[in-house]
Amino acid sequence: MVMSEYTAKDFKKGQPRWCPGCGDHFFLASLHKALAELGVAPHNTAVISGIGCSSRLPYYMNTYAMQTIHGRAAAISSGFKVANPDIMVWQISGDGDGLAIGGNHFIHAIRRNIDINIVLLNNRIYGLTKGQYSPTSPRGFVSKSSPYGTVEDPFCPAELCFGARGRFFARAVATDAPGTIAVLKAAAKHKGASVCEILQNCVIFNDGTHDSVYNKEGRAKNAIYLEHGKPMIFGENKEYGLVQEGFGLKVVKLGEGYSEKDILVHNAHSEDNTLHLKLALMEGPDFPIALGVIRDVEAPTYNDSVHEQLKSVSEQKSYHNFQELLLTNDIWEVK
Amino acid sequence: MNIIDKQQVVVRFSGDSGDGMQLAGNIFSTISATIGNDISTFPDYPADIRAPQGSLTGVSGFQVHVGANKVFTPGDKCDVLVAMNAAALKTQYQFARPTACIIIDIDCFKASDLEKATFKTDNPIEELGIKQDVIAAPITQMVKDCLADTGMDNKSVLKCRNMFALGLVCWLFNRDLKLAETFLREKFAKKPQLAEANIKVLLAGYDYGHNTHASVYHTYRVETKNAVPGKYMDISGNKATAYGLIAAAEKAGLQLFLGSYPITPATDILHELSKHKSLGVITVQCEDEISGCATAIGASFAGALAVTSTSGPGICLKSEAMNLAVITELPLVIVDVQRGGPSTGLPTKSEQTDLLQVLFGRNGESPMPVLAATSPTQCFDAAYMASKIALEYMTPVVLLTDAFVANGSGAWRLPELENYPTILPPYVSSEMKDSYTPYQRNSKGARYWAIPGQEGFMHILGGLEKDGNTGAISTNPDNHDKMCRIRAQKVANIEVPDVQVEGCVDDADLLIVGFGGTYGHLYSAMQEMCQHGERVALAHFSYLNPLPKNTEEVLKKYKKVVVAEQNLGQFAAYLKMKIAGFDPYQFNEVKGQPFVVSELVEAFEKILSNKK
Repeated sequence: MVMSEYTAKDFKKGQPRWCPGCGDHFFLASLHKALAELGVAPHNTAVISGIGCSSRLPYYMNTYAMQTIHGRAAAISSGFKVANPDIMVWQISGDGDGLAIGGNHFIHAIRRNIDINIVLLNNRIYGLTKGQYSPTSPRGFVSKSSPYGTVEDPFCPAELCFGARGRFFARAVATDAPGTIAVLKAAAKHKGASVCEILQNCVIFNDGTHDSVYNKEGRAKNAIYLEHGKPMIFGENKEYGLVQEGFGLKVVKLGEGYSEKDILVHNAHSEDNTLHLKLALMEGPDFPIALGVIRDVEAPTYNDSVHEQLKSVSEQKSYHNFQELLLTNDIWEVK
Repeated sequence: MNIIDKQQVVVRFSGDSGDGMQLAGNIFSTISATIGNDISTFPDYPADIRAPQGSLTGVSGFQVHVGANKVFTPGDKCDVLVAMNAAALKTQYQFARPTACIIIDIDCFKASDLEKATFKTDNPIEELGIKQDVIAAPITQMVKDCLADTGMDNKSVLKCRNMFALGLVCWLFNRDLKLAETFLREKFAKKPQLAEANIKVLLAGYDYGHNTHASVYHTYRVETKNAVPGKYMDISGNKATAYGLIAAAEKAGLQLFLGSYPITPATDILHELSKHKSLGVITVQCEDEISGCATAIGASFAGALAVTSTSGPGICLKSEAMNLAVITELPLVIVDVQRGGPSTGLPTKSEQTDLLQVLFGRNGESPMPVLAATSPTQCFDAAYMASKIALEYMTPVVLLTDAFVANGSGAWRLPELENYPTILPPYVSSEMKDSYTPYQRNSKGARYWAIPGQEGFMHILGGLEKDGNTGAISTNPDNHDKMCRIRAQKVANIEVPDVQVEGCVDDADLLIVGFGGTYGHLYSAMQEMCQHGERVALAHFSYLNPLPKNTEEVLKKYKKVVVAEQNLGQFAAYLKMKIAGFDPYQFNEVKGQPFVVSELVEAFEKILSNKK
C-alpha cells in the first residue's frame, strides 16, 4: 500500500461549533482521516455545502470550500466539477438540505452521474431551525411543527438515489469511524456521483433516532456490513445470514437448515439494482440495517463526457477561435 | 411599369405558424443586406405551440425594414404586406400603410377560411375597408401546378407556398434571385430535391409578378448609400449576446460556462452556445432556473467565465443564487431577456419591466451592476462589457436585453477582437501565497481571485457574512456595516462611459431619455422631429448601474425631459431616486410590442407644445 503524504491534520481547520455529542463531530474526524488516506492534496480538494448544521462542515476543512445557499450545493458542486474536473469535490448536506429544498438538484446530480461525492448526514430532524420534522422523519413523528405527529411518509434516501439511477450508494453510522472511513474512501474512488448516507443522532432534538446501531454492540446485533464478494452474514457471533425467498429476503440462522453456501453473496457491481434496493430498505426489528457499500457500478461520468465531447467536436470543426467563428456565417462585403 | 426609388421600405410577411413566414422573411433580409442595404428585422410570433390552422391566434409575422441608409427600427407600418391566409389579413392589415401593396393567397380565402378568421361577410377586402393595391394571387394552386410532376406529397408541396410569396416580393423589389437560390441550396444541403422544389416555386412566384405585372402600378428599388466598408453579417440579438460572451472569454483566456434552463425568448442563447464546443464552450442544460444560476456560480468559483441566461419568471427563481454571487463576490453574468410579465405573462412579447427587479429585487443590501443592450447588434458589445465588468470587479452583472432586441436582427460589421479592451481579472499573485485571505482587495475594490487547485491559496467562500480581514464568519455589527458599504462602493466605482446626447445637443427644447432596446425607435422619433425643424435630443442609456457620471448634468441641461420606456415608469422612478429634483415627463407603454415611431412623435410634440 502506498503511504499518503498527508495526515488528518493537514485537512483540519478551526474549532467546530456543533453541540457536544453531535454526530457531525464524529463524521468530521472520519472525513479528515479518509482524505488523508486518499492522498489527494488539500488544494486539489473542494468541499461544498448548503445550509443546516451539517453544512457548517466546510468551515472546518483546510481545502477550497464554499458554504452556499439552502439546497443548492448539488447544483453548485456540479458546475464546479464540470468546469474544473481535476479537483475532487465533496458535497455535504443534511436530510433537509439534500432531500427537501434540494431534492431536485440531488436527483439530477445523481442522474447525470457527475463525479462528486455526496454526503447525506441523516439525523431525521431540522436541527438549525430548532426541531421540525424532516423528509426522513417517520410517519407520526412528533416535533415542534408536528405536535400531534406527522401525517406524511418519509423518503428513504437509497430509494430516491436508485430512482434517480444512482450508481453508488453506501451507508455508515457516524460513530463508527472505520465504517465511515471505508465508505468515504470507496465513494471517492468511485467515478461518478456517489451517495453516502451517514446515520447520526441529533443529541438535542432527535436523540436516539439511530440508537439501534449507534454503538458497537448495537451494530453487531442490528446491522450487517456488506462487502462486495462476501456472504451476507451478521450477528454477534456471525450466526445469521440473508437468503432469497420469493422476491424478498429472509434472515436465517446458520446451522439450522442453512449453511454458508446457501447465503447470498454481495455483488455491489451488479447493474440490476433490485437486490441493492432490498438490502438498503431493510430495517429492524426483523432485519439488520445494511451498512457499507451497497451499490458501486461504473458508468460514464457527466464531466468526462462533457470534456470528451469538447475534444471530439473540436477535432471535427474547422474553427477554433472567435475570428474563425465569425467566418462560418454568411458574410458580405461592402467596399 | 415604373420603378420607384425608395430610401427605405418595410415588408411584412404573415401567415399561419406553419407557413414558413420567418424563413421567407429571413431570406429576403439576407439578400437585401447582401447587396448593401441596411436591415432591421422583427419576428412577431405567437406563444401557442400550434394554434388551430387558419385561426387568428396562429398568425405569425416577420417584418423587415430595408434602407439605403442606416435603419434603426423594423419600421412602424409596412409598404408591402404578405398575408398567406384570411386570418393573417385580418390581424396584420392594421400594420399596412395607406399606400401599401398587399399580397394575398386567394386560395386561402374560402368560406371556411373566412369563418375561422371570424369574417362576417364573404368579401374580406370590403369588410376591412381595404383601399390599397391587392395582388390576389392563387398561390396555393400555382404551387401545386408548379410541383405537379415532382412526385412530392401534398403536404410537402404546400410547405413551398412561402417561396412563391418570396419570389413575388423579390420581383416587386427587383431583387436578384441568385442569392436566394444559394441560400436555399445551403439550407437544404441534405435534401437537394427539396431545395430544387423550393427554388422552382421561388422562380414561379417571380415570373408570376413579371408576367402579370400583378395589378400594381410600380415596383421598388432601394439603392445602397453610405454603408461603412467592411465585412458584414446578419445577426440576431441572442446570437450577438452569445458571440459577445465567447469573445470575452477568449480575450480573458477563460473557459466559457453557461448554466441555463430553456425559457422563451432566451433559449436561443443556450442553443447558440451549445454549438461551439470547438471553442471550448461548456453548456449545461439544468434541471431548473435555480440550478442554471447555481451551476454557473460553481463554475465561477472553479475559475470559468460563468453565465446564466433567462427571462420572465426565471429571473425571480435566480434571485437567491444571484445574491450568493453578490456576497461571495464571484464573477457571473446573468442575461435577462425581458418579456411580458408578471408571472408567465406574454412569453413571446417584449417589455422593459424587469429593471427595478434586477436593480433591487433581492434580500439585503445587494448592489448589482446592470447593463442594457440597445439593439440586436449592440448585444455583442453589451455582453462583452458585462463580462469585462464581472471579471475585473469580481461581481455578478445583469445584462438586460428584451424579446424585441433578442429576436430582431440587423446587419453587423464584423468586429476585430484585437480592437476590444483587455479583460484582466484580479488574479492572486505568487507573493500572496500562504497569506491570502479571500477579501483582500485591489485598488478598484475588487477582491483577488484564487482559482482552486493552487497551493497556498485555500479559502472558504459562502453566503454568511465574513470578516473583511480574515475571511472568517463574522456577525460583528461594525464589520457587517463596513462590508455592506464596501460592496456598494465597489459597484458604485465601476467605470462606465458617459451617456451620449444625440440630435440638437446644444439647444434642444426637449430631451428624450430611454434605455435598452428602445434606442432605434427613440432615435428615429428624434430624427424625424429634427427633420421637421423641432429642437429635440436623445440621451439613451446602456449603463444603468452605476449610471454614467454625466447623467445629472445631461438630465438637468434641458428645459423639458421625457423618459420613454416600455413599462409604467421604472427608469423614471430610478432616475428620480438618483437625481434630486428631477421631474420628467413620462411616456409609458406596456403592450408587448415595440414602440411606434409616429406615436412617439405625436406624444413628444404634445409635450413640446405643453406650457409647463
